[in-house]
Amino acid sequence: MTRRISPGMWLILALLAGFVVAALGADAFATHDPLRQSLLLRLRPPGTLQAGRSFLLGTDDLGRDLLARILYGARASLLVAALSVSVSLVVGTTLGLLAGWFRGWTAVLIMRFVDTMLSIPAILLAVLTVAVLGPGFLKLVMVLGLTRWPRYTRVAYAQTLQVATLPYIRAAEMAGCSAPRLLLRHILPNIAGPLMVVATSEFGLMILFEAGLSFLGLGIQPPYPSWGSIMSAGRAYVARAWWLTVFPGACLFVLVLCVNVFGDWLRDRVDPRSRGRG
Amino acid sequence: MTPAALTVAALSLDLGPTRLVDGIGFSVAPGEVMALVGESGCGKSVTAQAIMRLLPDAIRQTGGQVRLGEEDLTALPERAMQAIRGRRLSMIFQEPQAALDPLDTIGAQIAEALRQPLSRVRAEVRRMLEDVGISDPERRIDQHPFELSGGMCQRVMIATALIARPAVLIADEPTTALDVTIQAQILDLLRRLAIERRTAVVLITHDMGVVADIADRVCVMYAGRIAEAGPVAEIFAAPMHPYTALLLASIPRLSDVPKSPLAVIAGQVPAPGEYGPGCRFANRCPRAEPRCATTTPPLLAAGQGREIACFAPLADRRAP
Repeated sequence: MTRRISPGMWLILALLAGFVVAALGADAFATHDPLRQSLLLRLRPPGTLQAGRSFLLGTDDLGRDLLARILYGARASLLVAALSVSVSLVVGTTLGLLAGWFRGWTAVLIMRFVDTMLSIPAILLAVLTVAVLGPGFLKLVMVLGLTRWPRYTRVAYAQTLQVATLPYIRAAEMAGCSAPRLLLRHILPNIAGPLMVVATSEFGLMILFEAGLSFLGLGIQPPYPSWGSIMSAGRAYVARAWWLTVFPGACLFVLVLCVNVFGDWLRDRVDPRSRGRG
Repeated sequence: MTPAALTVAALSLDLGPTRLVDGIGFSVAPGEVMALVGESGCGKSVTAQAIMRLLPDAIRQTGGQVRLGEEDLTALPERAMQAIRGRRLSMIFQEPQAALDPLDTIGAQIAEALRQPLSRVRAEVRRMLEDVGISDPERRIDQHPFELSGGMCQRVMIATALIARPAVLIADEPTTALDVTIQAQILDLLRRLAIERRTAVVLITHDMGVVADIADRVCVMYAGRIAEAGPVAEIFAAPMHPYTALLLASIPRLSDVPKSPLAVIAGQVPAPGEYGPGCRFANRCPRAEPRCATTTPPLLAAGQGREIACFAPLADRRAP
């Protein structure tokens, strides 16, 4: 079972770990308060040393340290993504398991609802919901979580249908296992692999959605930093202060890329049939 | 005679308009091994599923009774039935490796039959593993199915099936997927445990050799009906139903001339739904009479605990 991890993959894993550490340790790494404004230090370029303070990535239009804001922004990004992925994973998997187990009308109802959900653009639904309910951290998580569950349902449904016919599930049933126990103890662990793969690719999407909604002013609200809102504010100064859009944008790009490559790698490991491509 | 542990009476199973199993009946006493023999598709396995009340959705039981001791299982609510499965009525199948959850330790899976966490019944599970002949049970108990051979997996399945001391064990082709030496070991084990624990065993197989090895009685099924039933020794010595006789004749023997063609029964089993009104074996039967094609022969007692459904049975040497 030991498979070698390629050097490229080590780099991806290291970068991912770096983002997580940066987000978790934002308090320790940030040399400045991300919310502290200074109108005397507006739009300083990266590497500025002034009044005995260094601004490694420069400052924004309100004189706040960009590095600190990006670090705290990473925390917001990862937290929103992790929580909303958890919400949709739980909701989607539960519905998929039920549909796959009961089949018949239960499956028809759940799966047609899934089709309906999938036909609505998630970002549009999220924008509408936030616009109606108003922004807020928890609302953001719930909106993202409750719009992105159908993919898990599809995978859980298909996998449950398949696993439920396997001899060991029948054997457990013959041994008098109750349906809830069968589902949670025997089916769920055996379909967890593909669900984790979906969760990883969804994680990347959630980061993008959070950034997108924050960019539109519907996500994390100022003054709290998010990569999306930093870029949104920096948009007005693109010609004068490139660093306001480039650094958070680059972070977003690299993080989502890493998550997606990690997801592909995970899929290849979970599903041996698609191995040997990368 | 001891009361039967399991009685199946006039059991009929339908797939849509097609009758798969047509009013079969048998009973098994505690400690007895009863073999249900027949070709693929004759209804052996659905009969087992009907006894467990775990038929595929499409198949319905349209008649008959299954009694566990005195209790009529067909009338029980599903919840009560679930409490019986694995505790008073167990089942093992072919492909032992596929019948174990690949992600669970074998100890936890055996403990499941007792509805207890492994930590609480560890000693009992270890004893059971010893009983089914697994060496070093203390190490095996925490292993996963992939670490075990096929024969060991079947031993684990037997342990799971028997740990709760059920009255009846249904073994659906338990040795088909195993190689011959292991096959004999597993059959010996089943035989020994059945006697020691007074478990009634319904052994489903298509292999007459297996029947001869361990069964006390045999029920020969053909196309959803019982053709002949009775004690193994009697039936092997003097089969009365032409089908049984041909089945026994088709077993290759070491005394056969090498490279001589294998004995086969000419023709095909009719598919369910294509049965005529008469005996279902009539179209392949060397002794068929005109009425065989039009009238169903009833299953009648033939002395010495034997039953046979045939109008033209082979001469019964013991008949007066």
